Amino acid sequence: MNAALELGLLYGIMALGVYLTFRVLNFPDLTVDGSFTTGAAVAASLIVQGVPAPVATLAGAASGAVAGIVTGVLYTKGRIDGLLAGILTMIALWSINLRIMGKSNLPLLREDTVMTPLRDNGLLGGPWSILIFAIFALVLKFAIDWFLSTDLGLSIQATGNNEQMIRSFGVNTHFTTILTLAISNALVALCGALVAQYQGFADVSMGIGLILVGLASVIIGQAIIAGRSVWVATFAVLVGAIIYRLVIFFALAAGLNPNDMKLISAVLVVAALLLPRWGFLKRVPSFRQLNRRAVRA
Amino acid sequence: MLTIDHVTKTFFPGTVNERVALNDVSLHLDEGDFVTVIGSNGAGKSTLLNIIAGKIAVDSGDLLIDERSVKRMKDYQRAAYIGRVFQDPMAGTAPDLTIEQNLALALRRGQRRGFRLGVTRARRERFQQELVALELGLEQRLKARVGLLSGGQRQALSLLMASFTQPRILLLDEHTAALDPQRADLVTRLTKSVVERDKLTTLMVTHNMEQALRVGNRLIMMHEGRIILDLPEAEKQKMTVAGLLAEFAKIKGAALDDRAMLG
Repeated sequence: MNAALELGLLYGIMALGVYLTFRVLNFPDLTVDGSFTTGAAVAASLIVQGVPAPVATLAGAASGAVAGIVTGVLYTKGRIDGLLAGILTMIALWSINLRIMGKSNLPLLREDTVMTPLRDNGLLGGPWSILIFAIFALVLKFAIDWFLSTDLGLSIQATGNNEQMIRSFGVNTHFTTILTLAISNALVALCGALVAQYQGFADVSMGIGLILVGLASVIIGQAIIAGRSVWVATFAVLVGAIIYRLVIFFALAAGLNPNDMKLISAVLVVAALLLPRWGFLKRVPSFRQLNRRAVRA
Repeated sequence: MLTIDHVTKTFFPGTVNERVALNDVSLHLDEGDFVTVIGSNGAGKSTLLNIIAGKIAVDSGDLLIDERSVKRMKDYQRAAYIGRVFQDPMAGTAPDLTIEQNLALALRRGQRRGFRLGVTRARRERFQQELVALELGLEQRLKARVGLLSGGQRQALSLLMASFTQPRILLLDEHTAALDPQRADLVTRLTKSVVERDKLTTLMVTHNMEQALRVGNRLIMMHEGRIILDLPEAEKQKMTVAGLLAEFAKIKGAALDDRAMLG
């Protein structure tokens, strides 16, 4: 249960990245399947080579940004469809990730990672590490909230919302698109780097299907916590990431096989997409109704 | 101010769909000119605006703003000089952002956008002052999402956003055509007051001849990619809708006669 919360908060960082592309930019970016692993691979191989873990983690995030830039350039300058641009980068990254790691699995068990202080003090799996993870995720959330409210951030929001309009006010939407993809994939790769250190290894297949986890977090979170303002949405995304992990936790506890998790993820996303449309969630007392009541009062 | 110098644009050249949208068009606007453009469908009015805004590249000819060629500038680069209101009331604003966020975006026209907060207290006060002029009560609803506004309100807001930073040129592309008569009238009045207040150099495309005569100091009629009539202020004031229709029939008839002769 505690591990599920920890993982939820860790993967929440990735979900924030997916939120930036999927919701803010209105761009379904599949690069994340690759860039997550790239972040893990870069961080892990640097740590193995003796680079301090925080530096290696940041380098992992930076490598994700590069992956995002590649997708962005393919999409804007190359005029390749967004989905295909993401797939192309994702597939190419598979080979690159193997090159970076040199083999398909890179263990970090005896290395000094950013998780080592927590592990050595026996904090992992306890309330303190949950608190630390939560603070870290919230700091990133508030950084994103702030960024999106700046002049530059607003022009990114407008790029996803009405590209023609924001170009007519002098914004180079190619630049804002590439920048958002870079930031998004940097967050995803940062998450990959942290997850690798948390679980003690980087694996070339650790990113497969990750986009669904991100989408599930964003969609579940926003289905439960309504509100279009950025700071509500980013909070909802973090909550969604935690709920997703709890669902997985209970599914495993109920006897399902870890191999079934991809199927469960897909079913979850479909359910989160369809149920609100069928009015199911509307009947469940939720924040949505509380919100409405608050508005009426 | 704005000079269009022998501009030609052909769509789908070399195919059966080949269509000459602009045929050797030249036009010069002086500082503070408010020109209305009329013409039938496919006359090239919208192409003319798209070419000025940089949405469409010219085949030949040149475009100058303040004596500087802008032909090779991208649309978002030209936006530093050009404000634009589209026909579709949904096109000129970002629906998921609030009124104040939309205005903040418009405020930075042509300027660098960095890490300063988009909506500050000082800016909000300015936005409120600007919105009061619209007389729609929007100054009370700064935090409302623009998607919640009616078409007329959104178009009025688009007009304000396109003009309040005083761009060198204001392009209006049938911006009242999608509104009901009452709202269209409101937006027309706002257009007049906005343009007159800041003496904006304006090019307004319209389907509505009555509107074309009511506003502006010069009227242009287009037909089949050419400017076929150019009325300066004095003549425009004397002109009537019936007079315009008669002019149009006369010129169109002449064009048809030519073709019949050639055929």
